[in-house]
Amino acid sequence: MLFARVIGTVVSTRKVASFRGQRLLLLQPTTSAGRDTGRPLVAVDLVSAAPGQPVFYVRAREAGMALPDTDNPADAAIVGIVDQVREEPL
Amino acid sequence: MVLAKVVGEVVATVKHPHLAAQKLLLVHVITPEGGATGRVMIAVDTVQAGEGDMVLVNDEGNGAAQVLRRPRGAVRTVIVGVVDEVARE
Repeated sequence: MLFARVIGTVVSTRKVASFRGQRLLLLQPTTSAGRDTGRPLVAVDLVSAAPGQPVFYVRAREAGMALPDTDNPADAAIVGIVDQVREEPL
Repeated sequence: MVLAKVVGEVVATVKHPHLAAQKLLLVHVITPEGGATGRVMIAVDTVQAGEGDMVLVNDEGNGAAQVLRRPRGAVRTVIVGVVDEVARE
């Protein structure tokens, strides 16, 4: 799982049936320290995250497996809201 | 699987049910020599790894489901071993 920050919401009325009722958020991937890294992406939100919140997300097939109906094309899903990160130097 | 070092932990009260009661550790992927790669991930610990331990990390859902003994779900990054030693020929 990887770190990101919610930077927006995505509204899509016409979408595949398996995405109905799912919330889509715009994520900016970050480092564990919260620094931006890489390009923004759209993820299904499963934890009711809010814009500005640090979260972590899962990519690839496991994102789809996070939804109640696993037969869906999600490739990124938010699976947790970060309360606190403790990190020591390598 | 990749070699990594446990560098910390992540506290998350709100998380997906598939992650409930799982300890989330911060792992930094390292080179065989122990050098930094800059790649840091959040992994579910299945072997009681501790901070500073060199570990083996699986980043694929099928293997994760197997070690967690449950159907495939939202978890893909799991610590599957504590490394005692790496010998390079």
